Amino acid sequence: MFKYALKRILLMLFTFFVIMLICFVLIKALPVPLPQGSEAQKQQIMAMRELRGYNKPVMEQFFIYWYRVFRYGDFGMGEQYLVATYVAEEFMERLPATMLLNLYSIIFSIPIGIMLGIYAALRKNKWQDHVISTGVMIFISVPSFIYAFIIQYIFYSKLGLLPQIMESPSLHGWFSWPMFKSMIMPIMSLSFGVIAGFTRVTRAELTEVLTSEFMLLARTKGLTKSQSIFRHALRNCAVVIVPSIMGEFIGIMSGSLVIESIFSVPGVGALYVNSVTALDYNYFMMLNAFYTFVGLLAGIVVDISYGFIDPRIRMGGKK
Amino acid sequence: MEKNNYNITPESFEFVQLNSNIHDVKLDSKPVSYLKDAMRRFAKNKGSVVAACIILLLILIAIFAPIISPYQLTDRDRVYSNKPPMIASLANSGFWDGCYNIKSQNETDYIKYNAIYTETGYNPIAKVNKTYVSQTVNGEVTLRDLHLNTYYSEGVEFQTITLDEYKAIQEYQNENNVQILVPYVMPGDLVPNSQGTFADSQTLWNGDGGANYWYKVDKNGKPILKNGQLIPAYKKTPNPDLYTKGSQAWLNAYLESTQFPEYNSKRIASDPYDSTKKNTGYVYGTYKGDSVHVRVIYYNYYIYKVGHEPQFWFGTEQYGRCIMEVVGRGARFSLLLALCVSVINLTLGALYGAIEGYYGGAIDMTMERISDILSGVPLMIVVTLFNLHLAGKTGVVPAFILAFVATGWIGMASLVRKQFYRFKGQEYILAARTLGASDWRLMFKHIFPNSLGTIITSCVLVIPGVIGSETMLTYLNIVNLESSNTASIGALMQQGQACMTTTPHVIVFPAIFISLLMICFNLFGNGLRDAFNPSLRGSED
Repeated sequence: MFKYALKRILLMLFTFFVIMLICFVLIKALPVPLPQGSEAQKQQIMAMRELRGYNKPVMEQFFIYWYRVFRYGDFGMGEQYLVATYVAEEFMERLPATMLLNLYSIIFSIPIGIMLGIYAALRKNKWQDHVISTGVMIFISVPSFIYAFIIQYIFYSKLGLLPQIMESPSLHGWFSWPMFKSMIMPIMSLSFGVIAGFTRVTRAELTEVLTSEFMLLARTKGLTKSQSIFRHALRNCAVVIVPSIMGEFIGIMSGSLVIESIFSVPGVGALYVNSVTALDYNYFMMLNAFYTFVGLLAGIVVDISYGFIDPRIRMGGKK
Repeated sequence: MEKNNYNITPESFEFVQLNSNIHDVKLDSKPVSYLKDAMRRFAKNKGSVVAACIILLLILIAIFAPIISPYQLTDRDRVYSNKPPMIASLANSGFWDGCYNIKSQNETDYIKYNAIYTETGYNPIAKVNKTYVSQTVNGEVTLRDLHLNTYYSEGVEFQTITLDEYKAIQEYQNENNVQILVPYVMPGDLVPNSQGTFADSQTLWNGDGGANYWYKVDKNGKPILKNGQLIPAYKKTPNPDLYTKGSQAWLNAYLESTQFPEYNSKRIASDPYDSTKKNTGYVYGTYKGDSVHVRVIYYNYYIYKVGHEPQFWFGTEQYGRCIMEVVGRGARFSLLLALCVSVINLTLGALYGAIEGYYGGAIDMTMERISDILSGVPLMIVVTLFNLHLAGKTGVVPAFILAFVATGWIGMASLVRKQFYRFKGQEYILAARTLGASDWRLMFKHIFPNSLGTIITSCVLVIPGVIGSETMLTYLNIVNLESSNTASIGALMQQGQACMTTTPHVIVFPAIFISLLMICFNLFGNGLRDAFNPSLRGSED
């Protein structure tokens, strides 16, 4: 198992390295825009460029880039967007908003999703199941920003209950009621999709497990229905559900660009969209690295957690 | 032991049948092919059939909406922007009447709308929903909730036109007996005691809807009433006879009175304060450089300009474009893009996956690594990079398609690879190989058709994914299609989101369209997948 995990991690690092190389070369192939800002800022940026070897060959620049990242945590400076700010610092400032929002969302939505899924599976082909399945179908298909619009229209425009956009954390602090109140709408918009996803997975897994023979055995040896479901069926479902929860938790960092844009969340998504529209390549490169890394990490965490949860896969790995 | 005598003579046997043959009876029922069976099972899934019908309807809308709509994407109208939907024949339905409810309009606003009615002959107030008295710091105020026709409430607009156009409009007015030009109002005439308050009246005059002031007001825009009537502030033609001949004042008056001698149009709305006089004495336009500055009844001016009444079935967005046209064009673009991408993905992915799956071993390993690396790059980064690199050279649309294809084929390739692993070890392949079939023939004649159902199905499921991503990227303005003569539903929704509180219709139509499209494609794709999956056969019955 350990060997397998190590192999996967090394492979992931290799993949990451290659992707970063491709991105870096492609970005360097674009024309370098003149720095913006005041004269002093321009000089600062030019000095930074000199330090990072802007006149050297691309491969050398690539290694200087990563050397500086690991040595000083330096991802460069904003040249077009948020001029003369350190990319890494700005990024760290934005990350908590994105993470908190997504954390709230999955804390609420995973239990709801799993419970709905269990309920639907137990009431299979009854009207409750049909209602839930139709809802899941709709919420999985419709893009999340459409229900963000609906939520915003109802709760802000019509009822006026909730603020339109997210508060700045500097006003009340992260964990305060006004802050949370302003986060309710984005949390709801993020949650519907996650709830629908978990409901679907749980329902599919559980209906399959419920028809298997060991469930019949469990009932014949005298367990009640609920005992057999909790002790046998759900544990088998966990093999699929828990890894996707793990993947979801890793994914909270990347968040949703659209939802962040609709509710003006001061998060990483806004940083990405703004840096792309302003053609700021230092921000762009760092966020490329971030999103790619999070994506790859989520994939491998899911795969490895399969092994940790399911003894059959763990044993299979040893052979 | 008793001895049994089993002596059976041939005569004790008789033939079961003599007259008929013993081979298989010909089957009465027709053989059901895989495709036919899939279609039959698909037809049983009612949800998917309905979804397929709705998809067809939406495709028809995408094809015909831009044809039916009398507008083009380039038709923009500054005045009729963010207008709600209007269809004259359905105006009684309460939805297509081009109206919005606006709340808490005070007396000044109410008089303003009535003044627009007097001036243009179109009543912007469709209905007074509620009249009530409200307490404020200034005492009691009468407020009204109005059902306002927003097409009429624009009323009069300032336009700067050429002298030729000015004459043409007059000709049109005389021919068709409609009024477009209304008497001009100078800012100085708006507020009494013009010397002291000229600055205030100038801001009113220049302000939003400033052309609608044809009556005397105070500096806050509150009308001044005389015997309960509004006092017109129209500019009258000065009479040079009042001045000493040859003086500067005479010259000014003379020039002004003869400025537009061609004007012979009639005023159709009755004179609000003297109905006996035909007011030929009014000035209908002033020179502004080489062109003429006029006040026009915008509704009639629009008919003159465009040739038909302003009616937008889905309303208009912030640039005054017809939403039906924009949604139709955007839908065409989305569907074509999705179709293009899924066909290219299918071809590329099938080739790649076939080679991987068929040859296996080291080739498979290497190719799998390559697709692993590519699949690690998030879509939006691919799109951004392609947009930055290629949009300038090939245009935005080809760059967009390429970006979707760049990593999109991987899913298809791994699907095909899996199918190849499943089929390549089977006996019939061995048999074909023994008969001397080439690799190529084995791959595409013997294995590939077996996995065609699965592949086509996932091709259908690619379409909603592509449409969703496209909408998201254009919504975020990471990709901007404005330059390439297409519209995008995402960009339209972005505009609509900004003005959602005041004009929700802008976002409603594209949102409904895209939601329906996504739901139906997913339902349809799932139905197709179940129908093509032979292992589910009989399980539903």
